[in-house]
Amino acid sequence: MDAVLTEGLHKSFGEVHAVAGVDLRLPARQVLGIVGPDGAGKTTLIRLLVGVLAPDRGRVALMGHDALADRAAARGLIGYMSQAFSLYEDLTVQENIRFFARLRKVPATLRDQRAGRLLEATRLAPFIHRPAGKLSGGMKQKLGLICTLIHEPKVLFLDEPTNGVDPVSRREFWEIVDELRSDIAIVVSTPALEEAERCDQVALMSGGKILAHGTPDALRASLDVPVWELEVARPFQAAAVLGQTLSEDAVQLFGDRVHVAGDTDAEALTALLAAAGHQSVVRRIEPSLEDAYVRLITRGQR
Amino acid sequence: MTADLALSSEALTKRFGDFVAVDQLDLRVERGTIFGFLGANGAGKTTTIRMLCGLLAPTSGEALVDGVDVGRRPEEVKARIGYMAQKFALYNDLTVDENIRFFADVYLVPRKKMRDRRAFVLSTTGLEDRVKTLTGTLPAGIKQRLALAVALLHEPRVLFLDEPTAGVDPLSRRAFWRLIHQLKDQGTTVFVTTHHLDEAENCDQVLFMQAGRAVGLGPPRALRAGADRGDRVRITGGSGPALREDPRVLEIYAMGSRWHARLRHPAEAAALARDHGVEVLPVSPTLEEVFLEAIGEGAGR
Repeated sequence: MDAVLTEGLHKSFGEVHAVAGVDLRLPARQVLGIVGPDGAGKTTLIRLLVGVLAPDRGRVALMGHDALADRAAARGLIGYMSQAFSLYEDLTVQENIRFFARLRKVPATLRDQRAGRLLEATRLAPFIHRPAGKLSGGMKQKLGLICTLIHEPKVLFLDEPTNGVDPVSRREFWEIVDELRSDIAIVVSTPALEEAERCDQVALMSGGKILAHGTPDALRASLDVPVWELEVARPFQAAAVLGQTLSEDAVQLFGDRVHVAGDTDAEALTALLAAAGHQSVVRRIEPSLEDAYVRLITRGQR
Repeated sequence: MTADLALSSEALTKRFGDFVAVDQLDLRVERGTIFGFLGANGAGKTTTIRMLCGLLAPTSGEALVDGVDVGRRPEEVKARIGYMAQKFALYNDLTVDENIRFFADVYLVPRKKMRDRRAFVLSTTGLEDRVKTLTGTLPAGIKQRLALAVALLHEPRVLFLDEPTAGVDPLSRRAFWRLIHQLKDQGTTVFVTTHHLDEAENCDQVLFMQAGRAVGLGPPRALRAGADRGDRVRITGGSGPALREDPRVLEIYAMGSRWHARLRHPAEAAALARDHGVEVLPVSPTLEEVFLEAIGEGAGR
């Protein structure tokens, strides 16, 4: 059974078509990453999927239950951590967990078993008596996750969970996802493409529509041109030189390297740069998800 | 410490009671470069920036910013630097133009320079035709560029950016970094903290900080090369649990349908591939992996 299935999902706010015809299918025990620019409709889509917003048209089924008609059953099967997910700052870690367990009607013995395991996995066990307001950002986010998981949902929705989270906490967060992914389906939105690479499936969203949907490998393979990586001493200047001859969208800085997506070859690129006084090493690479993203989104916006 | 550097410090230290937030930090940042300052939350990054900006007095040690001693002449430092905080300090209920004029006054931009600086800010942000737009209605990526431009109104020699791209989408981040490279080209020195290690690769020098101390320093390429022992591999196929159990695999995490792993020994890759019926290809470490290793937090076990 599919964890998430949508058909022709539409949602407008006044003149803005936030979600403009989305068909998605996510099998059980898969991780779906939703990426796209600000205002693409990611948060609205997630809110439609979890049933806190009603679509203008279309439907959502969660583990076979209609998100609206069969709301009670659907709600019991999902966990949802929104960007504004709030803990009770004056309650301790343990009190927060107990509060959310009571909301979800989890029996005390089950609750304590699960809480123990989750606290262990998130390394929050030493802090159960600390008020949530006194936790670091990364710890709060992990406590939010525990509270979201306490009723053992079958589908977990996370709206930009790693925003502003430091690399250590982010790594711990993805370790938790790795442990969960064999049991439950996860839908996660993120602005970070290196995180999207860790998902089973990725949906690129822009202007309320899904521009592309598939495994990270499939999205990379969907690029219609080869990608070249250039090592140069002054990448910013080299990119400017290349951008004058090739189209500007085709030339992208990747830190201290330059990527060119286009039907060219290593000799042509090396010669172009040499003419402007740049020595370079050029090689063809397997495109990254970010290469695919930049090309698909800039085309979609045109 | 040398006055011809954009920024330098010697044994810069800040204590809060018993807690040593910044511990004997030595910095050397060349003019016209981008310097990345990385660490987990609580590593001491923001405390360091606040000292360098003259907002917080050091407990001991010294720092020069654009040749000025921050401990002795903090007010003079403030005139030479631009600072963009994590939360963009813009007035959402003012228009774009009103924000620009307000901050120009705050930063004491001379009247006769005002017209040029305003034009610069508007062209940098591409907001020429939206001067009357309420700032609160701008998308995050544009707001971020406006916050940056406002920090540049008084033509600072050194620009401090504290996690400038948190929550900003990939294309806006790219546009933002193109701007940073332009500023560098014009001679501005940029000192930036970020949680995105892929962004840190834009920096000329990167410093890893942990518990108030520097635990790594160098250009990203050199840091990656220095940490490359040939033991990191990409595995295609196979089962996660079986690979996780294998003693030859020290760390492993899922990357979509593949795995990233660190091996006990590079020479065991072929045997591992044979035993599990998988493809094992060596890969270079990412800067994020290098960073986590430097602060003693290897990737997922």
